[in-house]
Amino acid sequence: MMELLQTLQLAGQDLLGAAWLPVWTAVKIMVIILPIMGGVAYYTLAERKVLGFMQVRPGPNRVGYWGLLQPVADGLKLLCKEVIIPTNSNKFLFLAAPVLALTPALAAWAVIPFDDGMILADVNAGLLYLLAMTSLGVYGIIIAGWASNSKYAFLGALRSAAQIVSYELAMGFALVCVLLAAQSMNMGDIVRGQQSDYGLFGWYWLPLFPMLVVYFIAGVAETNRAPFDLAEGESEIVAGFHVEYSGMGFALFFLAEYANMILIAALSSVMFLGGWLNPFHGWPVIGELTDMVPGLFWMLGKMSIFLFLFLWFRATFPRYRYDQLMRLGWKIFIPLTLVWVVVVAAWMQTPYWLW
Amino acid sequence: MKNIIDFFKSFLLLELLKGMSVTGKYFFARHITVEYPEEKTPQSFRFRGLHAQRRYPNGEERCIGCKLCEAVCPALAIKIEVAERADGSRRTTQYDIDLVKCIFCGFCEESCPVDAIVETRVYEYHGENRGDLYYTKAMLLANGDKHEAQIAKDRAADAKYR
Repeated sequence: MMELLQTLQLAGQDLLGAAWLPVWTAVKIMVIILPIMGGVAYYTLAERKVLGFMQVRPGPNRVGYWGLLQPVADGLKLLCKEVIIPTNSNKFLFLAAPVLALTPALAAWAVIPFDDGMILADVNAGLLYLLAMTSLGVYGIIIAGWASNSKYAFLGALRSAAQIVSYELAMGFALVCVLLAAQSMNMGDIVRGQQSDYGLFGWYWLPLFPMLVVYFIAGVAETNRAPFDLAEGESEIVAGFHVEYSGMGFALFFLAEYANMILIAALSSVMFLGGWLNPFHGWPVIGELTDMVPGLFWMLGKMSIFLFLFLWFRATFPRYRYDQLMRLGWKIFIPLTLVWVVVVAAWMQTPYWLW
Repeated sequence: MKNIIDFFKSFLLLELLKGMSVTGKYFFARHITVEYPEEKTPQSFRFRGLHAQRRYPNGEERCIGCKLCEAVCPALAIKIEVAERADGSRRTTQYDIDLVKCIFCGFCEESCPVDAIVETRVYEYHGENRGDLYYTKAMLLANGDKHEAQIAKDRAADAKYR
């Protein structure tokens, strides 16, 4: 496999010269983006199936065997629908907003390591880049709400913006703990810092467990998912910031939301569950048996745990009221994370820090 | 003290975990949906579906044109015209039920002294034009002929309660 790639590299360099690098990068980007798009499509099906199962019904099962073609049918339907642009809306911004929402959600994947060395851009400030990219997503939402010239969309955008800004802080502090523990901002190094002979007990979820909880809940809030989906709030503001969108515009927002969810799941597994590491590494017998499983498999497995949690939350919890949401973000998460940053920093100076 | 316990209870998300355990349990429960075209729910012998007119075993139609059903029909869906037949018996010349008006209350069936107008178990029918659901005497008699076995069985099952 490696040799094949190398021959391909050499052949490409011979053929295209200096133009080879952009072409090769574009190929790598496609290799990341296309599976994510497929993942998003089938995650929507998984969501409807899981919600259905938890409500004691079978979920979609008419299109294809077990409903497996449902995402294809949904996509086709959205493609064929008319894109309606509301009167008096700002046409340029209205059309730019879905793109602005989707781009950061996909761009953030550049620094996610899927396996040792399997990373598009192995930058040293990977964590900072991620924080920047996940925060940029809110622009798409604000612009969509404003450009629609509709009060429901505007209210939804305001809610969403305030919510994302509030939870960004707690999320950032939770990541500061990881940063302290790993002593690196490079995503690959963060995973390698969790490597030990104790398997899953060497990962950061153990010393940073409260941070894992805070990070994931903040991630749910960040992606505007239930129970923090006030930005959509079907019962009071119809669908929030994307009320006025139809057809592909709506589909892009949908893609962005789900790509963000998968991103949060990937981040949680990289930061706290040891990314591509084998959970049984170093254990007697089972450790040796599972060491040949490729890291990508573990990474995807860990992501699917978090992805399932997203759906589980949605099936279980009723929506927060807005003041409750703000109270949770500002009065509980931020103090908690601040305290834990100090605790971790102090803990690391003692000989009891084993990670 | 209670405040402190409550604080830790909410801090450790115990109630949320309890809620998740409920939904988690139902995730593995058998779904209760009846998947309609493949599966059907059981029907009562008193099911009130498409109307039919019955005949006696010798082929004579039961209806004697007493118009009780027309009088009792709350939706005014039944229209009956009566005349004397050649053999001197009283028979309907017209017996129409407009299923667009009908509310399937079953009063016509209940009021009938000779069990002529009945409601069958058939419910999977449709009309493509409004007129398609206007059932004439011939159509009702044809329905009766088609489903007589089932109709007779259901009347027999219901007989002891009437």
